[in-house]
Amino acid sequence: MNAQTTSSVKTKNTRPVKVRKTSRVKRRTNLSAYGFVAPFLIIFFLMLFIPLAYSGYISLFIERIVGGINFVGLENYARAIEDPRFHEGLGRTALILLIQVPIMLGLALIFALALDSGYARGSNLLRLLIFMPYAVPSVVSTLMWGYMYGQNFGLVGQLATSIGLPAPDLLSPGVILFSIMNIVTWAFVGYNMIIMYSALKAIPSEVYEAAEIDGASQFRLAWSIKIPALRPALLLTTIFSVIGSFQIFVEPSLLSPLAPSAIGQSFTPNYYAYNLAFVNSELNYAAAIAFSLGVVIMIVSYAVQLSTQRKRVAE
Amino acid sequence: MTSQLNASSRLQKPTRRRKPFTREGRRSNLLTIFMWISAVYFLLPISWLTIASTKDNRDLFSTFGLWFGRENNFFNNVVDVFTVQDGVYVRWALNTFYYAGVSAVGATLLAAMAGYAFARFDFPGDKILFSIILGAIMIPMTALAIPTYLLFSQVGITNTPWAVILPSLVSPFGVLLMRVYAADAIPSSLIEAGRVDGASEARIFWQVGLRLLGPGLVTVLLFNLVATWNNYFLPLIMLRSSELYPLTLGLAQQSAISAAGGGAQALFSTVITGSFISIVPLIVAFLLLQRYWRTGLATGGVKA
Repeated sequence: MNAQTTSSVKTKNTRPVKVRKTSRVKRRTNLSAYGFVAPFLIIFFLMLFIPLAYSGYISLFIERIVGGINFVGLENYARAIEDPRFHEGLGRTALILLIQVPIMLGLALIFALALDSGYARGSNLLRLLIFMPYAVPSVVSTLMWGYMYGQNFGLVGQLATSIGLPAPDLLSPGVILFSIMNIVTWAFVGYNMIIMYSALKAIPSEVYEAAEIDGASQFRLAWSIKIPALRPALLLTTIFSVIGSFQIFVEPSLLSPLAPSAIGQSFTPNYYAYNLAFVNSELNYAAAIAFSLGVVIMIVSYAVQLSTQRKRVAE
Repeated sequence: MTSQLNASSRLQKPTRRRKPFTREGRRSNLLTIFMWISAVYFLLPISWLTIASTKDNRDLFSTFGLWFGRENNFFNNVVDVFTVQDGVYVRWALNTFYYAGVSAVGATLLAAMAGYAFARFDFPGDKILFSIILGAIMIPMTALAIPTYLLFSQVGITNTPWAVILPSLVSPFGVLLMRVYAADAIPSSLIEAGRVDGASEARIFWQVGLRLLGPGLVTVLLFNLVATWNNYFLPLIMLRSSELYPLTLGLAQQSAISAAGGGAQALFSTVITGSFISIVPLIVAFLLLQRYWRTGLATGGVKA
């Protein structure tokens, strides 16, 4: 405060000139800042904002065979709220969120802590091996696991029969959701592990040295220092997993020819929206489903964020 | 205030380059065994795919999945992959390189420019714009793909490369990461020095900014590359003619054909070998560029 007043007194003489000069410089740097941001913003506006707005707009209409396209307000949304097929997909997503996401993130956390502790031999190679599935396209991982699950030349069946067990049908209606969870877990544990591992590597070594002088055990170290330090990374990976779970599409769409009785048109919400739009030609309703899905994702993601913030306040 | 900030950042600097906190000899056999058994789970499908790509259809059905068949059929399979349906696989591979390359480079460049501006400039509206971009990370691709398709079909660019490339140029998460990297790697004093020397802002960005952003650029580039290389939903919606397909779409189509009919069964080994070949470039890229993306992730993961 003091410094400010003295400086303004000091510059009083030269004020008019100086203000004009800085503002001209400021205006020029502002312009170049906008120049840097503009290309991204233009594409952002065209490819994100307009489609989103358009999706909201067409979801308010219904195309009838007689009478053409009519404005119906929120009727499509009312239908979505009562649509058992939409609920079915959301129910499966809820199961994925409750079962697969905790397993995946738990494994990622265990692996990250284990690799960071340096107690395992061959840590560098292990880290790469666990991360490698991330580079495999989901189409290829689904085909691969699909073949391994399958009755024709499936590895799982071969392994089961070789130890005298009947080959399990991993593509049957009751099991296929878990088979899909396995594919997703396989593909993304490493990605999440790498994010957590990077955050662990950033903990300053003084903290560890202090803890070691105090005689803290490795588990104590993990619980009291590492996991709290991982909180931002855990939040990030949780939100990405939530978004990813709601968007599962490749797995049901590629496994459905192998398991037509187990995977219907509305297996996951995203698969349902696709089938509505491109198989049933119900574009307006598909837009309403996609839009509702987006809203559900936003709500769940914000809920995750809020719950972690509240925990932080409570501490 | 500024001196305080400088002091604290000076304090932080050496800690980031800490040596790994491990001492030779402090190993645990139990943990080693546990970790390597886990690694088998991650390696198993890829080993299966590798072995399966050396088998012909007969061996695929009649021999054990984790061991080689009666003869090595890998080269015949590779020939099949590249010649079946008049060598359309080569076409798909080139398309994938093209879509993924252009999208990833474009998206990374756009994100780098925007992230640089958000990190190193104060301009009216920067906070609001940045929080809008942050919020957009949560918008699912799904909610966008169908309306984008409808809009593109009105402009007449569905079933062209643009339909796949344009939507892939937007990477809000890339902007977030780039802002973190730029704030970390590009000192304001260097930008000031450039301005004093009379260099234009664009030139400062190209010659100072981009060079210092190295690991961050590679990280965002790789992740954008993976995202477009692996994308299936968008090309599935946008592309009709199979000579425009990327590998993901082509392989899925071939697999559907071979699953549908017993007559076309010959395609199984082709699909498997084709899948194997398609994952090699990305894995190699990740291995070769390890040093960069690991530093990049370390910075990004902490501050983001």
